[in-house]
Amino acid sequence: MTESVGTVRLTGGWRTIIRDQPIIPLVVLLVALVAVLELAKPGIVNGNWVATTMRAAIPLAILAACQTLAMLTGGIDLSVGAVASMAAFLMATQATGQGPLVAIAIALVAAAVAGLVNGIAIGVFKVHPLIMTLGMSLVVLGLMSVYQLLMVQSGTLIPDAIQWLGSGISFGFVPNSLVVFVPIAILIVVGLRRSGYGRLLFAVGDNPVASRLAGARVWQVLVALYVMSAILAAIAGILIAGLNNSATVSLVEQSVLPSVAAAVIGGTSIMGGRGGYSGTIVGALILTVLTTLLTVLEMPEAVRQVLFGAIIVLVAAAYTRVTGEA
Amino acid sequence: MVDAVASWGRRNVWTLGLVGLLVVFLALTKMIQPNYGAPGIQGLAISILPIAFAAVAQAIVVISGGIDLSVGSMMALASVTSAVLMKDQGDAFGVAVVVGVLLLGLTAGAINGGLIVATKVPDIVVTLAMSFVWAGTALLILNTPGGGAAPWLMAVISGPLGNPWLPKALIVLAVIVAVVWLPLRRSTLGLTLYAVGSSPLAAFRSGVAVGPTKIIAYALTGFFSALGGLALTASGGVGAPVPGSYTLQSVAAIVLGGVSLAGGRGGVLGPIIAVIVLALVRTDLTFLGVDPNLSTAIQGAILIGVVMFGSLVAMRKVRA
Repeated sequence: MTESVGTVRLTGGWRTIIRDQPIIPLVVLLVALVAVLELAKPGIVNGNWVATTMRAAIPLAILAACQTLAMLTGGIDLSVGAVASMAAFLMATQATGQGPLVAIAIALVAAAVAGLVNGIAIGVFKVHPLIMTLGMSLVVLGLMSVYQLLMVQSGTLIPDAIQWLGSGISFGFVPNSLVVFVPIAILIVVGLRRSGYGRLLFAVGDNPVASRLAGARVWQVLVALYVMSAILAAIAGILIAGLNNSATVSLVEQSVLPSVAAAVIGGTSIMGGRGGYSGTIVGALILTVLTTLLTVLEMPEAVRQVLFGAIIVLVAAAYTRVTGEA
Repeated sequence: MVDAVASWGRRNVWTLGLVGLLVVFLALTKMIQPNYGAPGIQGLAISILPIAFAAVAQAIVVISGGIDLSVGSMMALASVTSAVLMKDQGDAFGVAVVVGVLLLGLTAGAINGGLIVATKVPDIVVTLAMSFVWAGTALLILNTPGGGAAPWLMAVISGPLGNPWLPKALIVLAVIVAVVWLPLRRSTLGLTLYAVGSSPLAAFRSGVAVGPTKIIAYALTGFFSALGGLALTASGGVGAPVPGSYTLQSVAAIVLGGVSLAGGRGGVLGPIIAVIVLALVRTDLTFLGVDPNLSTAIQGAILIGVVMFGSLVAMRKVRA
């Protein structure tokens, strides 16, 4: 299970573990948080709690997959919030007239177009990913607000299948969204380590010039990456619409920072070339449990924001110390 | 003499282009709305003041090779702090609040910079995370828009000074930038800011203390963000705990204003003119009856277009 690429001086046993298998300390942290939660409110941890926690963590983990993939190449995708909201809202408004399948197809195609524009600007025109994706989120949000006014007559409809997928729980402890998430997770975790494209992502992030000289078509890698990221964001947006049984143009906006946080906590470096998806999944679970804990302790939303920010800085600093790189 | 002017022109060709763009847009505004005159200019000056300070804040940190995504949140923090403390208080206390809020901005910025230098975590991650810390703190201080502004503070930026074509807000902006930034840029500290942004390694080998310089750059960014927050309070009369899109607008303005995201290049005049141009674009779109939501999208498209154009020019230069 070696997910990190790169050569770093080995300085000690535990450092090697954190660097090569960040998932072990992360799982320990997750278990500790669950224990604290159980202490804070005895009896809360049961089958239903497991299901609702996973149900909330899955869309976040998919959004964090966008960040993980982008960060491996040294980029970031801050347009996931806008693109995911767009997909959810398009799906909900189109579903009233077109039926669910067509509506979902429209949503995915629109997201792919946004991702394609991101990818071309970043890969071909060398625009900084941060600026490009922030700008794209403005464009998408503006266009969707206009679209919203046009569609005010038709209303929104979340198809039953999407509700079942986003919010349903089977056998008392299995969230139905696992049907979508498990294939995605396996594809990303295995694909990153075993496929040529996965290795290209690491290579581009580690050293773009060297990978270009070695024959990699960096711009194609980046275009494919941002299209993929947008489609993943759209899937997450549709799941969130099913979970909340509603869709608005700013539905997912508040999940953008947590998605970056989950990837950073999971051990992916924003400078590129180091990280993996399994850590990100645990990172998303940690953030979800932490949110529950703060809700149980009756902390206001503001405290959650401050804590999330502080945790990102702390964890990123810890990784930087341990690995000797950023 | 002619040579000096010519070389100044060559060095500031981007800023000169922006001034040209500004004139074009002013003319365009006058054509679309023949009534557009002194009151319009005054309203424009007040509305751009917070964004202009945010742009100056962002320009300083980007020139020194960083980026600060917490500018908007620090503005919100400064805005609510000033509004809560100033409500129903005397003028003298109001002055103390203004000084205190500026110190708060300086401290918040220094914390950002200190964290970046101490942890060696990339600027983007630290400031993105800190943007939530500052925004959360602002929410803790004031949950919904409220508080109040001292009357003198509101009077300082509203209305004209003498000539109706000379809005006070513009003068406040010019005076503050002239008093704080111009001497700084001429000083050794200003030189080291550019040096660190241009090449940290070269600056280090030339004997520049890179870490402290970065912290100072972030502290200055915090200071100007606090000014932006005060401008928000002064123009609205209340404190707003939600950061809005000021961070994004500040990044758009510096990119359009000719500051290189790679660091070491640019000034604060370009970004300020860029803020005015962007505000005029929005005004024109409103006059033309375009949906305000669509103008958000158009602004995003302008931002992307400008950055693409900039990097195309840079790529041509590399090839030539």
